[in-house]
Amino acid sequence: MSVVFESRFSFTSERRKGERRRQSRASASTAIVPREERQTVGAAAVENPRIRCMDVNVYYGSKQAIKNVSLDIGSHEIVAMIGPSGCGKSTFLRCLNRMNDTIDNCRVTGDIFLDGQNINEQSIDVVPLRAKVGMVFQKPNPFPKSIYENIAFGPRIHGLAQDKTDLDEIVATSLQSAGLWNEVKDQLDQPGTSLSGGQQQRLCIARAIAVNPEVILMDEPCSALDPIATAVIENLMIELCAEYSIVIVTHSMQQAARVSHRTAYFHLGDLIEVGATEHVFMRPMHQLTEDYITGRFG
Amino acid sequence: MNKPSGGKRVTADRVNAGLARRRAAEKRFRSVGLLSLLVGLAFLCILFFSIVSKGYTAFQQTFIQLDIHFDEQFFGTETEHALEALLSADYGGLIRKSLRAQFPDISNRQQLRQLYDLVSSGAVYQLRDRILADPGLANQRLKIWVPASDDADMLIKGHIKREVPETARRLSDAQIAWLDALEAEGRVSLKFNTAFFTNGDSREPELAGIRGALMGSILTLSVTLVLSFPIGVATAVYLEEFAVKNKWSDLIEVNINNLAAVPSIVFGLLGLAVFINIMNFPRSVPLVGGLVLTLMTLPTIIIASRAALRSVPPSIREAALGVGASKMQTVFFHVLPLALPGMLTGTIIGMAQALGETAPLLMIGMVAFIVDIPTGIFEPATVLPVQIFLWADSPERAFIERTSAAIMVLLGFLIAMNALAVMLRKKLERRW
Repeated sequence: MSVVFESRFSFTSERRKGERRRQSRASASTAIVPREERQTVGAAAVENPRIRCMDVNVYYGSKQAIKNVSLDIGSHEIVAMIGPSGCGKSTFLRCLNRMNDTIDNCRVTGDIFLDGQNINEQSIDVVPLRAKVGMVFQKPNPFPKSIYENIAFGPRIHGLAQDKTDLDEIVATSLQSAGLWNEVKDQLDQPGTSLSGGQQQRLCIARAIAVNPEVILMDEPCSALDPIATAVIENLMIELCAEYSIVIVTHSMQQAARVSHRTAYFHLGDLIEVGATEHVFMRPMHQLTEDYITGRFG
Repeated sequence: MNKPSGGKRVTADRVNAGLARRRAAEKRFRSVGLLSLLVGLAFLCILFFSIVSKGYTAFQQTFIQLDIHFDEQFFGTETEHALEALLSADYGGLIRKSLRAQFPDISNRQQLRQLYDLVSSGAVYQLRDRILADPGLANQRLKIWVPASDDADMLIKGHIKREVPETARRLSDAQIAWLDALEAEGRVSLKFNTAFFTNGDSREPELAGIRGALMGSILTLSVTLVLSFPIGVATAVYLEEFAVKNKWSDLIEVNINNLAAVPSIVFGLLGLAVFINIMNFPRSVPLVGGLVLTLMTLPTIIIASRAALRSVPPSIREAALGVGASKMQTVFFHVLPLALPGMLTGTIIGMAQALGETAPLLMIGMVAFIVDIPTGIFEPATVLPVQIFLWADSPERAFIERTSAAIMVLLGFLIAMNALAVMLRKKLERRW
């Protein structure tokens, strides 16, 4: 999987916009699903999925935030979740490592299988689950401790390192995979919060990698970063997907187009359309998807 | 839209017209704030001035120099019962003899008694301790400084006025004349009042000291700290991080907040009923005092600790949970260290409150007159504020300055505690 989606889909150019409009108009009679339709269109299922979600519903109190979403996350692929604010993409992402448990009145129903195990059952221990499904948050949130301690915390609590040299090794390789090693190798005892925003976010990615997860969830990881730091993180994601499955929530359609293999479009709690990124952006099948990616709303 | 008629010019005019009024209002508000600050500072200064000006003389005590002959007839040296003899010797007789020798022309019994009254009744113990420490002094003549009685002390310090008619003052004209004679000989001197810091309470002001109450306060506060800090922090952590939020937890929260406002004497009654009547703990002991003050301090510590926990950013918890830390690991490795400075502040506020608390301790008998200096939490004791209350209640003039001096010691204790808290907080605070 070394396919790199460069910014092939530029939405700034008027010419392309017009072109796509013509395309969609040409195929309007068959391909475009009307706005009122809420059934997921496209290919939600994949062969040999890493995570398989079936009929997931999320309620905050009596309000339903996610409605019957079924979606597979394949191995070594980057799935981007896009949609307007409040559409439930972050909520759905947090179902995948049970982070919604921390919200008091939040209730999740449906089945989410990771390696054949339903992780949405109450009996499941979230500690090993979160070791398998790491998470990177919107705002870089390093612990107010040293860079070394930031990385070492996860391996230490899970008992991954036999001894000190082992732990040093884990810290070094994690920082290397996150592309941060050369910048911080001489200042591992410095506070993690003294790094720049982009470095902090890569530190958080290194922290997630350190426990050797199968899947990494990223909740708008670049929304607090400048374009240069964003580019660094995007390249990192593309490198990392050789080893991990990555699910990323993003507000930037360019970002989704640049990094992801598949894209899922959420609208008011419904998964409207999912498919290969090129297809979703070039030939959306649902009217709502087309409205969103052409900038008609959102 | 509600536009003022006349366009932009009118809008600008109206804004300008209002500007003066707005500035005046701001100025008024600022001067009111400054004024209240100054009034507060003024009262603080008055308080300190009044305490210090009344109390500083208590740190000095009048001493009278006497020629003491440790006569061999009292001690029977080199006998088997030497120690017993030393303990039971008539030291008062030595002092009286010395005073008679000083003023040989007094023969009247009543006048002699007045003369003897110039020296503190505690002087005998001083002589005894002196000879016990060094039995070799027997049969020697020594010049020894012994404390003057409180009335003599007050005259020397100027608190008893000579202009007042003899019938209206505590010292007779003759006593004043003798003191003047002693002073002329250089036998009267003001020295540092070590007894104030080394003695327990006493009926005689010149012998009364703060040590017993200070030790009582330290012991009581130790019990309070050891119990209330861990219980308070554990309660706060449980309520904030682990407990399910429902109407029961709301009810508990409301009740804890109410407890913080319950008058302290009610806690005293509770302590009396539970610890002394039901559990049969002894009365007047720091253990019970500490338990009562723990009940009183807990709500303060819990509320402050919960606020400190709430101020830890949730992103830290999410970060720890996200790498698979259990709830407890998250709390103990990441949340608690960040909340600790705030918790310490709350604890110190609670402890300072407990240090100054009097009412609940009255209910459990810590108001008793206790002379011995307590050395453990099961020994009868009193505490600084209660000691202040007791001395303020005493009729002797010399207790006035001791009351103020005790207040100074209490305030000093308080400042030391706060300084310690600031230091600890500085050390624990993560500034990055």
